[in-house]
Amino acid sequence: MRIVNTKKIENCVYRLARRAGTNLTPACTAALERAAARESAPACRFALGTLLDNARLAAAEELPVCQDTGMACVIIELGQEVALTGELLSDAVNSGVRRAYADGYFRKSICDPLTRANTGDNTPAALHVDVTAGDKIRITYLPKGFGSENMSRLYMLTPAKGREGVIDCIVQTVKEAGSRPCPPVCVGVGLGGNFDGCAFLAKKALTRALGTPNPRADVREIEEEALRRINGLGIGCQGFGGDVTALSVACEIAPTHIAGLPVAVNIQCHCVRCEKEVL
Amino acid sequence: MKKLRLPLSKEEIKDLHAGDAVTLSGVIYTARDCAHKRIFACLDAGMPLPFDLKGATIYYAGPCPAKPGRVSGSCGPTTSARMDSFAPRLFDLGLNCAVGKGEMCEEVRQALMRDTACYFAAVGGAGAIYGNAIKKSECVAFEDLLSEAVYRLEVEDFPAVVAMDCYGESVYKK
Repeated sequence: MRIVNTKKIENCVYRLARRAGTNLTPACTAALERAAARESAPACRFALGTLLDNARLAAAEELPVCQDTGMACVIIELGQEVALTGELLSDAVNSGVRRAYADGYFRKSICDPLTRANTGDNTPAALHVDVTAGDKIRITYLPKGFGSENMSRLYMLTPAKGREGVIDCIVQTVKEAGSRPCPPVCVGVGLGGNFDGCAFLAKKALTRALGTPNPRADVREIEEEALRRINGLGIGCQGFGGDVTALSVACEIAPTHIAGLPVAVNIQCHCVRCEKEVL
Repeated sequence: MKKLRLPLSKEEIKDLHAGDAVTLSGVIYTARDCAHKRIFACLDAGMPLPFDLKGATIYYAGPCPAKPGRVSGSCGPTTSARMDSFAPRLFDLGLNCAVGKGEMCEEVRQALMRDTACYFAAVGGAGAIYGNAIKKSECVAFEDLLSEAVYRLEVEDFPAVVAMDCYGESVYKK
């Protein structure tokens, strides 16, 4: 049994949150560069160039890449041979988020859904804990902006809809979102599970390094076909009308019920900030 | 690239066409979801607004806090469509321009034509660049709303695109 004080987790969340707020992932920067190179519409090329300039400026001067420093999505894969001591795990995670958003001068964007009163420190984080084998703790930090989160959808399809129905849902969601979620978007897709599990699969898909395909061939084909169709929509960067509407489609799959075919489509803007560390 | 100085005259607005790349310099006021609700509450109660709408430009944005030694934190545009239900009444009351990101609804298009007003799109996600274009920032209302408060910003060379003009044209694909 490995004993870990949750202070170590708090400090890790702090590091990841600080880094994520001011840096795009290298895969995201590379995807934006490729998009700028192949885009034919001048307005979109201008916008993509501005985004790349912005990313360089943000990283160099440690400024938030986007003012929407997001809701803190924290996924902890906790080895079952780890025994935690110290503060409650969720409190430790929230402390890490609280300190990072204060020290980083990040925007505090979390509020009560009804009164709209801001919690003032960007907590609570959306925390998911999965128990895994071994004695390691893998922490993934994804600050999620809501311009794109708002455009996400969950569909409970009938099994008869099949593979084509799944692809239609993905494409339709991006089409309806149009210019609003800051395209070119990254699309996380959950396929299977149940109502809540499916949505989490979609979120998890967004934490995969951009452009990494699903290992299952039939799932990879869905990712590729959906991406091709989305990029035929003509929405383009910022909705200005162009060739690149999405940078990636990533799909995660899990068994579901014989009566159902849940599909969750979680939209992520072009500003992919995701940091990981193993303790 | 047209260099525009705010406030714009109606003649200058008539010179703008969807798709034009511009830079904006001058005074803009931030207001997003909560601030709009409060502005509407003021209007409904017949109370004075925190700033004069006549000829003004509203920026749909909520900045990050400024780091020490800086004027503003990152401050890119937020999704304008959430202000669809507010914008037409404000244009009718004299608002000249709005700046945000993404398409706005048919009622906004009608208001822009009726009131000879303009909607600009800034580049969503370029928060650091826009934060650096802010030369002066002052909270003028609803301070309790934190980033959602109304800030009076003086901006210099703010890059934007004419997204919807006063002729009913739009840069967004239908």
